[in-house]
Amino acid sequence: MNLSRSAGSAAASVEALFKILRNTLNSVLAMTEMEVRKLRHEPSDLLTRSIQPVLWLVIFGQTFAQVRAFYPEGVSYQAFLTPGILSQSVMFIAIFFGISIIWEKDMGILQKFLAMPVPRLALVLGKALAAGVRALSQAGIVFLLAAAIGIPLRWHFPGLLGAACVATLGAVFFATLSMIIAALVKTRERFMGVGQLLTMPLFFASNALYPVSIMPSWLKVVAMVNPLSYMVDFLRGALVTGQLDNWALDVGVLFFASVISVAVATWLYPQVAG
Amino acid sequence: MEAGQMEAGEPAEKTEAVIEVTDLRRSFGSFAAVKGVSFSVGAGEVFGLLGPNGAGKTTIVKMLTTLLRPDGGEAKICGYDVRTQAARVRQCIGYVPQALSVDGSLTGYENLLIFAKILGLKGSERERRIRELLAFMDLAEAAPRLVRHYSGGMVRRLEIAQAMLGEPRVLFLDEPTVGLDPVARKGVWERLLDLRKRYQMAILLTTHYMEEADAVCRRVGILDRGKMVVAGTPAELKESIGDPAASLDEVFAHYTGNQLTTGGNYNELKQVRRLSRRLG
Repeated sequence: MNLSRSAGSAAASVEALFKILRNTLNSVLAMTEMEVRKLRHEPSDLLTRSIQPVLWLVIFGQTFAQVRAFYPEGVSYQAFLTPGILSQSVMFIAIFFGISIIWEKDMGILQKFLAMPVPRLALVLGKALAAGVRALSQAGIVFLLAAAIGIPLRWHFPGLLGAACVATLGAVFFATLSMIIAALVKTRERFMGVGQLLTMPLFFASNALYPVSIMPSWLKVVAMVNPLSYMVDFLRGALVTGQLDNWALDVGVLFFASVISVAVATWLYPQVAG
Repeated sequence: MEAGQMEAGEPAEKTEAVIEVTDLRRSFGSFAAVKGVSFSVGAGEVFGLLGPNGAGKTTIVKMLTTLLRPDGGEAKICGYDVRTQAARVRQCIGYVPQALSVDGSLTGYENLLIFAKILGLKGSERERRIRELLAFMDLAEAAPRLVRHYSGGMVRRLEIAQAMLGEPRVLFLDEPTVGLDPVARKGVWERLLDLRKRYQMAILLTTHYMEEADAVCRRVGILDRGKMVVAGTPAELKESIGDPAASLDEVFAHYTGNQLTTGGNYNELKQVRRLSRRLG
């Protein structure tokens, strides 16, 4: 009797939990859809923002291809550089996307979201995945343009799919990282300062532009704890070299970093409105 | 529009309170923004918080919409405590912030659609609510256009429609017509009161426009420097200063010893200017 009642209430609470999860997922998907719709209204936006990464490949890539130390792993420097630039695009877009919560606070959008009967986690994850959508479409265009200018890239479907997933995961991490900073600094002006202080070392202290092996040992340590390195490593394997021996480590580090940063962002997010 | 010509809520009758505020307090550092405010709003009633910028109106609304924690006192919305039952409070309110809160790079329809999906509305019920609210707010024709091209009044009406998607029992509007020209302002009032007739929700709005309080609110509370100095129907308030023909401006001046001017600090002024510019 007692047993069946407690089994019944356990079933009820499992059901309630499922309902919360389903609602959360619904809200997350709706926020992602919002981003897709915005992109659809302004496709030219994506194209203009793809120019800078392509200039990195054309100008920086061609020039630095002359440096012998930059010929790693038996591929051309431009091919080596492409995943680095793709990752850079993803990171910059995601970080910029995170700042938008300050903008949304000034606009009132954030307050409106926070007054809705929706879990905070759904709002943060929705925002992070929306950043993923934007970053991925941007990276897709850069990838196509890189292929168009003759950089040899692998057109291997599982590799492309894996790269897309990892880039999305990276976007989730950097978007929530930037939301955390936005929640702490609270004004756009201060964010710009902190944002630049952050993106520059994240980019240069990674394997995006050059192999970690040529770095001084202290910088190697920085590159090792830099999540960007793991995204670059995976994308390089999936899109250029075909060597994915470290895939589990790459995905694991990005996933772990994302879980932490989503959790912290969910905790801090409501404070932005205050 | 003369006072009382619009239907400012139903005639006075005893209904259950959907907003009950008792001795609410909030400070920012050493500055006490809200110093012990009490009032209540009945189901379906339109209540106006009236006061100059900096009187504490927005702080009160933020506390009642669960965006800001009160330092002291109590506030209940639909019987739920804003501090301990915030999630339940959010289920019965709609909120239109003072600043613009719809997305300019989506169409009017999409703004409602996404919001409805985030709320978890589904299928034909979702579509029905969206269509009905668009029609109610006079936006059916403009629905497929990008919101960026809307006029200020249309944007406000869209925001109100968005806040109504969850069919809330209490709608909060923070300075709903700031930055709008008189014609657009009147349009917002009319649509709002029509909407109230249809959905029977209570409305709490803040304003520093006396005509707005007079035209839209059944009762108003006058706030000055974080305290509510007097509350009642506009007619009662005018009566109370011994001049039924007085304007609310005069009532305000009588109780606070101040003219109601758009003062406010640098940031508020900046925000209002920015808003007016965006509303065109």
